[in-house]
Amino acid sequence: MSNTRVSRRQFLNYTLMGVGGFMASGMLMPMIRFAVDPVLEGGAAGDFIPTSQKVSELTEEPVRVDFTYDQVDGWYESEVTGTAWVYKDGDKVIALSPVCKHLGCTVNWAGDSAHPNQFFCPCHAGRYEKNGQNVAGTPPIGPLDEFDVKVEDDLLYLGATKPNTLI
Amino acid sequence: MLNKIYDWVDERLDITPIWRDIADHEVPEHVNPAHHFSAFIYCFGGLTFFVTVIQILSGMFLTMYYTPDIENAWKSVYYLQNEVAFGEIVRGMHHWGASLVIVMMFLHTLRVFFTGSYKKPRELNWMVGVMIFIVMLGLGFTGYLLPWDMKALFATKVGIEIAASVPFIGEWIKILLAGDATILGAQTLTRFFAIHVFFLPAALLGLLAAHFIMIRRQGISGPL
Repeated sequence: MSNTRVSRRQFLNYTLMGVGGFMASGMLMPMIRFAVDPVLEGGAAGDFIPTSQKVSELTEEPVRVDFTYDQVDGWYESEVTGTAWVYKDGDKVIALSPVCKHLGCTVNWAGDSAHPNQFFCPCHAGRYEKNGQNVAGTPPIGPLDEFDVKVEDDLLYLGATKPNTLI
Repeated sequence: MLNKIYDWVDERLDITPIWRDIADHEVPEHVNPAHHFSAFIYCFGGLTFFVTVIQILSGMFLTMYYTPDIENAWKSVYYLQNEVAFGEIVRGMHHWGASLVIVMMFLHTLRVFFTGSYKKPRELNWMVGVMIFIVMLGLGFTGYLLPWDMKALFATKVGIEIAASVPFIGEWIKILLAGDATILGAQTLTRFFAIHVFFLPAALLGLLAAHFIMIRRQGISGPL
């Protein structure tokens, strides 16, 4: 025990602040946990989603493949459409995400007539090579993401996206 | 550290008189439960304010998930209550606090009435208090519809029919409340939501400020 005298005023100050702080945190803690819940919720594991794209019809030229899946957004469930750019590299099937790595717009294959063999993002003229490598001097800061790919009965299945593995 | 920050600000803005004015004031013996336990009846006004603060805070957090739309209102309430962490607690605080605030306000009104505190010179503060009472009932009425379940729907139907029974202008009040001459639906819900979270709280804060400023000007009424 220290010999410092605690005055009546100090003692009351500490106890009142302690009790007040306890009550305030008891009140605020549930509300704050409630508000930050989306951050603490784990992301759902990506299942493979079937597409109608026949793998035997794929060529070296990227084609746009649309696929739909059920999305649960809080209390709202809906069917949303996703897109992939798919081509064959030898026997390997490559599916690239169309989400631009600059600021998230959607890229198109040969979207710019001046660069017919590149992906093009119309928002800020970002460009990517066929393997997703971003072209130096354009805004994107990294290569396009890649989908996990599965082939069953000649049909293409797409899984979760991952960082580009081709580069 | 905190003291230094305080001193730094105080040196420039001279804030000490401001908070002294707010926080530093005599609590007369006859309203202090430490002297006479029966003085706890003087706590009801403060408790009403305390519950009101909880209502405002929990309501702010609830609107992070709540959707004022007939398709999604019930679903969003179900989601925030059952899927979001502490949703049951936060909604529970708002739900039970809504009743508690009325109870506390009623007890406070009884105290003011039986101690005769409404008499001259405090008549104006009584009137403001009555207006606060009306606003609180309005908040209760509009908030009741928002979960958009059967109880909410029919309680509001009944409430609007009661409002419609006002002579001469009843029909106008009804349409004004429901947003439609015959339907109690999408437009009613958005209207009640706007009234519940913007209009009435704004009125409430103004009235509470007036209520408190008048108390400070006039002091707490004397002992019986």
